[in-house]
Amino acid sequence: MAELTMAGALNAALRDAMRGDARTIVLGEDVGRLGGVFRVTDGLLSEFGGERVIDTPLAEGGIAGVSIGLALAGWHPVAEMQFDAFSYPALDQLISHAAHYRFRTRGRMTVPLVVRIPYGGAIHAAESHSDSPEAYYAHTAGLKVVVPSSPADAYGLLRAAVADPDPVIFLEPKSRYWTRGEVEPGAGAEPIGRATIVRPGQDCTVVAYGAMIARALGAAEAAAKEGISVEVLDLRSLVPLDLEALAASVRRTGHAVVVHEAQMTGGFGAEIVARLVEDAFDYLEAPVARVTGYDTPYPPSSLEDHWLPSADRILAAVERVVAY
Amino acid sequence: MTVDGSTQEPLRILPVGDDPGPTPAETGLEGERLRELYRLMAFVRAADAEATALQRQGELAVYPPLLGQEAAQVGSAFALDPDDWVFPGFRDMGPALVRGIDLAEYLDFDRTIWHGGSYDPVAHRFAPQCVPVASQILHAVGYAIGTKLDRRPSAVLTYFGDGATSEGAFHEGCNFAGVFGAPVVLFCQNNQWAISVPLDHQTHGAIAGKAAAYGFPGVRVDGNDVLAVHRATAEALARARHEGVPTLIEAVTYRLGPHSTADDPTRYRSAEEVARWEARDPIRRYRRWLGAAGVAGEAFFDAVEEAARALAEDLRGKVTASRPHPVEDLFAWVYAEIPESLARQRDEAVRLAAEGAAGAGEGGRRG
Repeated sequence: MAELTMAGALNAALRDAMRGDARTIVLGEDVGRLGGVFRVTDGLLSEFGGERVIDTPLAEGGIAGVSIGLALAGWHPVAEMQFDAFSYPALDQLISHAAHYRFRTRGRMTVPLVVRIPYGGAIHAAESHSDSPEAYYAHTAGLKVVVPSSPADAYGLLRAAVADPDPVIFLEPKSRYWTRGEVEPGAGAEPIGRATIVRPGQDCTVVAYGAMIARALGAAEAAAKEGISVEVLDLRSLVPLDLEALAASVRRTGHAVVVHEAQMTGGFGAEIVARLVEDAFDYLEAPVARVTGYDTPYPPSSLEDHWLPSADRILAAVERVVAY
Repeated sequence: MTVDGSTQEPLRILPVGDDPGPTPAETGLEGERLRELYRLMAFVRAADAEATALQRQGELAVYPPLLGQEAAQVGSAFALDPDDWVFPGFRDMGPALVRGIDLAEYLDFDRTIWHGGSYDPVAHRFAPQCVPVASQILHAVGYAIGTKLDRRPSAVLTYFGDGATSEGAFHEGCNFAGVFGAPVVLFCQNNQWAISVPLDHQTHGAIAGKAAAYGFPGVRVDGNDVLAVHRATAEALARARHEGVPTLIEAVTYRLGPHSTADDPTRYRSAEEVARWEARDPIRRYRRWLGAAGVAGEAFFDAVEEAARALAEDLRGKVTASRPHPVEDLFAWVYAEIPESLARQRDEAVRLAAEGAAGAGEGGRRG
């Protein structure tokens, strides 16, 4: 076992994937010489050269569209969008093409593309550096949406994403880039589409993903002191969604709190609640609560602590739901 | 100071007036190839007219006619090697025909049988038809970069219109092509109108001239001159394949028909303007030269006309026989492996279809 940061685990995943498959290439803004603004692609240029680690012009739509072309030509591109809000110019390409090519060609042309997007807040950043865009992508049929919360999952899920035959939006919770965790060297891929229970409990399920897992665990710890046993379910993959794990946990606990940092309205939490209503209604002992960012633009970071779901806000929701 | 690159004289080979034009030998193409160009243009025109008629009769949901653009489409596609790839827009039945695509499978897109058309894009190296304007340019450039990484000596050609040159994807595609030396030909059919918006509202500058900013050649060619289009494209493809130099070609042509069968062009352009371009009809012009140069005679033209009529009739039969796929096909190619939640939806759709209960929109069976 090696202790790696999440950024280091992602870097190791890319390196191992590129060593294992000569058609895997990395492209994006500043991914070569600089090694990425978060250093996720650090050292790849010197190991694999400029044909496989490609610094691109500054154009996210272009990066996405050219990556689609590369994928159609039989390459396995891993494109980096430098920050969440910078990925919006690429939406046309990702929605109308990456997501649809298999469908439009009845399986004859496919886009095995990974789009890595550092996302989310809590890093005291300037405007347009802290968005949580997962719902846009999850809403688009044909894309997979994956969000790791730990270095080990970051490694395993990125390996799976690179090997996946479909386009995968890989959301990296940037506030967790520098947290450390054990990663098995050379560990294989972690299957996409399976949630995992990161803390078992009996009284209430907190459903979360990405950076919110740490906060959910904080809330669970605090709840335990009050005698409330909280189960934390890490979805890890929003599309495909592990419906079975989701329903199974809530059938056991009878209570659920859904947490994400994206805004509430139309957020992925609404999807989770709807699935619980469809699949576990008879087991629910209380309405499902959501703890999310508020329905405002992402705030100036001097106010982001008020905006982001905190362990305290999650705990309050757990208490409310359990006491219902 | 004027920055009007549209004054750049377009490459022209065929005569416009009484000038006899080149000798057959000067074209660099064999007689049979010269006749084949005519045959293909005549076939495309017949298929285009048939498709327009099929739409009027309700057999196609919509159709974007290419009338007037036959030389631009056929001349360019005729220059391709079998190994080259094409990334078309949605008004490109000419290149599809040249590539040997079954036109009924091409028109399945407009019959709403399947997005992009039913043809096998890999077998024909012809990507699915693409509606979001200019978006296919980036795929062509990416594919070309991939080809270059593979050290394959083939090229990629992408079709788009004058309107597309206003899109970011066009500029990003040009920029990537230039930076990476992509073996790509960016073929703009400047047909003067993007639905109702004329070229001078689309760009204040020149189309071919934009290439200079991206560091590769921009070539203006008479788009109604099939020989000029062919030569310009052949040269551009050779530059792409062997030198990794992209080219932007602006084929100056005219859409004689509406943008699509849903459009009424009399609302935005004059009959005089259309008549001016009708006088430059690319097929009549080429036919005149073929005859005068002794490359083809009346018997040939009659035989082509007969074959074109048969092609249109065959097309009509195939198009009207084309039927929707079963509803489960909708779910088969969203992902390589169907997710649980989608499988549930598929099962419901299949069950409802089997029960004949999918309904018809607002009029419920039990209403």
